Parts: sequence; C-alpha cells; structure tokens
Amino acid sequence: MLELKNIDKYYNIGTINEMCLFKGFNININDGEFVSVVGSNGSGKTSMLNIICGSAYVDGGEIIMNGENITQKKEYLRYKDIGRVYQDPSMGTCPDMTILENMAIADNKAKKYNLRLGITKSRVNFYKEQLKRLNLGLEDKLHVKVGALSGGQRQAMALLMATMTPIKFLILDEHTAALDPKTADLIMELTDSIVKEKNITTVMVTHNLRYAVEYGSRLIMMHKGDIVIDKAGYEKQNTGVNDILALFNEISIECGN
Amino acid sequence: MGILIGVLEQGFIYGIMALGVYITYKILDFPDLTTDGSFPAGAAVTAVMLTAGVNPYLALIVSFGVGMFVGMLTGIIHVKFKVRDLLSGIIMMTALYSINLRIAGKANVPLFNQSTVFDNAVLNSIFPVTLSAYQTVIIAFVLAIVSKLALDAYLNTKSGFLLRAVGNNETLVTNLAKDIGLVKIVGLAIANGLVAMSGSIMCQQQRFFDISMGTGTVVIGLANVIIGTNVFKNVSFVKATSAVIIGSVLYKGCVALAISQGMSATDMKFITAFLFLIILIITMDRKKKVKKSA
Repeated sequence: MLELKNIDKYYNIGTINEMCLFKGFNININDGEFVSVVGSNGSGKTSMLNIICGSAYVDGGEIIMNGENITQKKEYLRYKDIGRVYQDPSMGTCPDMTILENMAIADNKAKKYNLRLGITKSRVNFYKEQLKRLNLGLEDKLHVKVGALSGGQRQAMALLMATMTPIKFLILDEHTAALDPKTADLIMELTDSIVKEKNITTVMVTHNLRYAVEYGSRLIMMHKGDIVIDKAGYEKQNTGVNDILALFNEISIECGN
Repeated sequence: MGILIGVLEQGFIYGIMALGVYITYKILDFPDLTTDGSFPAGAAVTAVMLTAGVNPYLALIVSFGVGMFVGMLTGIIHVKFKVRDLLSGIIMMTALYSINLRIAGKANVPLFNQSTVFDNAVLNSIFPVTLSAYQTVIIAFVLAIVSKLALDAYLNTKSGFLLRAVGNNETLVTNLAKDIGLVKIVGLAIANGLVAMSGSIMCQQQRFFDISMGTGTVVIGLANVIIGTNVFKNVSFVKATSAVIIGSVLYKGCVALAISQGMSATDMKFITAFLFLIILIITMDRKKKVKKSA
C-alpha cells in the first residue's frame, strides 16, 4: 500500500518563475495494482514518481509506504523496496561492465557490498536462465560490455536488473518511449509477465495510450497536478484508446491549446 | 644502461601512484588534486619513521594508511559538504603542504644509512652480488606488481563492482539502495592510499624527503594513465591496471629522453607539463568533420 497524502510541490520557490504543481494531491495505490498513468507533458506524472522514490522532495504532505512514513527517508534507502526503470535505456545499466557483472551487481541489491568475489559462481546459471527468457541471445554474450548492446537490449536488461531482487514496488518512467514499436511491444510484454509472476505493485507512466489501456488493472489520467480520470476493474476494461483520446482533446481545448 | 634502469625504477614507483590516479580519474571520474599532497605525505611519514629506526615495510603500510585517511577527508569535504570535486582536492593539497612540513619537521630530510625496502640486511643477504645493481629495479617491479594484483583483486569484489558502477552510472547505484557518497569516499581513500605508498617508496629509493617532491604528481599520474590506456586501447588481454604501469615507464622514458637531449634537470617540471600537453593533444578523440564545401 502506497499513499500520497495532501502533497504540495512547488518549483522555483521565491523566484518570479514560481510554479505550484501539486496542491493537496492525494493518491492511494493498493498492493498488487498495476497502475498506468497518462497525461500531457507537465501534468505531474514524472514528478509524482520522483516524489515516491525520493529524487524530489515535497513542500508539504506525507508519503506512506506500507504504513511507514517515508517522507523524510533518503532516496537510496527507499530503493530497498523499489525498482525503477527509466526512459533512457542507459540509465539502468553500467555500460563499461559486462552483462555478467551487471547481473551480479543487481542480484546483490540491498545486501552488503563487501570483499567477497563480485560474481557468485553458483548464481551464473540463474543469470543465464533469466537472460534466456528475454529471447535476445544475451545468455551467450555474458562477457560482452553492456555499452555494446542496443537500446532495446539494454532496456530489457534494465528491467531484469530492477526486478531481480524481491521488491515491493516497480516504477516505470516511460520505459518504452525510447524504443522502436516492435521492441517496445516486446519490453511491454516482458514487463507484464514479470509483474504478474512476481506480483509487484507497479506504477507505469506512459505516453502510449494503447499500452495504458491494454495493460494494468487501473488507469489514471493526470492534468495540471490533478487526477482527472481514475478507472479500475470493469470500468477500465470498457475504456478504449478513443475514449481517452477524446478526453485528452477535451482537456486541451479547455486549456486553449 | 644506467638510464634504462633509472627509468624502470622510477616508472614502476610512479606506476603505483598512477594506479591511484587511475581509480579517481578513470573509474570514479573525479579529478583529484589531493594527489599532489598525499604523495609527499607518504614520503614525510616515511622519512620520519625511518629516521626513528622503524621497519621500512611497516613504513609502507603506515603511509598507505595516512593516504587513505587523507583521501577520506577529501571525500568527506566533497560528499558531505558538497564542495566541488576539483576544489575539495585543492583545499586538501594546500593544507597538506603545511601538514607535511609539520610531520617532517623541515623541508628536507635526508636518509643516510637507514635500511629501506630496497636496501636492508635481509635483502642484501638474499640477492647475489652479481644482481646487486638490479636490486632496486627488481624490488620496485615486485612492489608495482603486488599493488596491481591487489587492486585487480579488489576491483573484482562486490565492493569493487560498486566502485566501478559509481563512475559508470550513479543513478544505478542509488537504485541498488547504496549511498553513492560513501562509495566515492572509499574510492578516494584507496586511491590516495596507493599514492601515499608510492611517495613512501620514492622517498626510500631517493633516500630523502623534499617538500616540493609532490609538485606535479597529479600531472605525472594523469599522463601515465592516459598514455597507458591509450597505447593498449585495442589490446584486450592487457588489463587497464597493467597498462597504467607500462604507461608510467613509457612516460618516464620520454622525460629521460628529453633530459638526455640537453635539457637541464631544473627544466624537469616544464618537460613534465609539456609532454602531458602533447599527450593530451595526440590522444584527444577528434571527431571527423565532413567539410561542407570543397
């Protein structure tokens, strides 16, 4: 259970460019939900993710994760329970390290990074199995540097690495936006299967309305720091891409765009 | 022959320092000027200890510890007080000048007949007389190789993986629930430990401590790292750590060559800086631009 309560967030406080994004923003995300978030640029989608993860601080309100108030908790400590995949495929992997080293370092998340050997030999087969399910042939390239892989391959690895250890929340920040349509479909299917298999509570920001409709158990549309649509279950199943698109246009007209 | 031996001796000793610079410059991407202060710090500590009759090998270890402490302070200034990387190093380097004078007591400390890691009763009894001319270079080589292997081993541990990851992608390290600041402090500590130990070895080989011996250390270190990594850029079986030590020998060779061509020893720092500039210009990645019109 993840709650944002009465969140206030301002940008450029005290300057002429001061901008209020969130004023008393609330959202509850229940365990096991897969929430797709859509909205125009500047609507506060990524800011919401940053607030959850701690890479942006709030000016008011509380963030509660599984009953614990984490509003003041440092960003890196929050990631013990959170996995995150970014839009930029290079953000989720280490380009100068090999595939095997990347897998090993992700496998050790939230544990001690001590003077034991970096690669635990007994785990290598497990890494190979994990890579095999990507169907990209990476299991035979264990000693290749990740920097030599394509964006899609790297994003697939980033997804694997983010979900390798038992995490409670998965944050996907437009993670298919930088990929070609075919690769994006592949990554999206992979995401869905991992999330279902491990039953991770997921928040996915996307600009792809089709993904937002097809995947996930709840659909949220944000606009100017507010939630304007929030559909779950049966209601969501009956929502099509065109319905959302219509709303999108409606809002845009209201804004005078 | 004498020049060649001298080049190898100094090359190996500076190679250990270059391993430290390799950690900060190449792995952490942190231009660490502390080097100019931690190198003579190791030498100062060694000069005082040897004069007091302490075992020279112990002096190596203590110097390493002093360097680690100094590097840790640079890291804390940078990470906890959010001072820019370059400035943190400058602050430490400047402060260390006075500290080093305090440790040594004066600007020059000669070592006369104290035993060193190169010249002590045990070693002299092991080495046959025929090899005694090569004793220093062999010991310097062994010390460099041991340092290299130890660093290689460290970089293959979980902690070493994390250090490499910080230089590569800080975001990922945060996502692994690790404090990047702490990793940087550890990296700076190890790097300056190696630098100070190199200073200790240099002091023992030269048989004196001089307050100005640290000036330009960072330039020499960077030159060694850049030569080494560029010469062996396309050779996969030479590890970067080996390349750095070989780079150090090559660089020392270039400097010796310049001096043998008639430049005086007082021009040393100029040669050091000028060669570094040449190396930077040669190795710079030039983007091939297509001319718009002929």
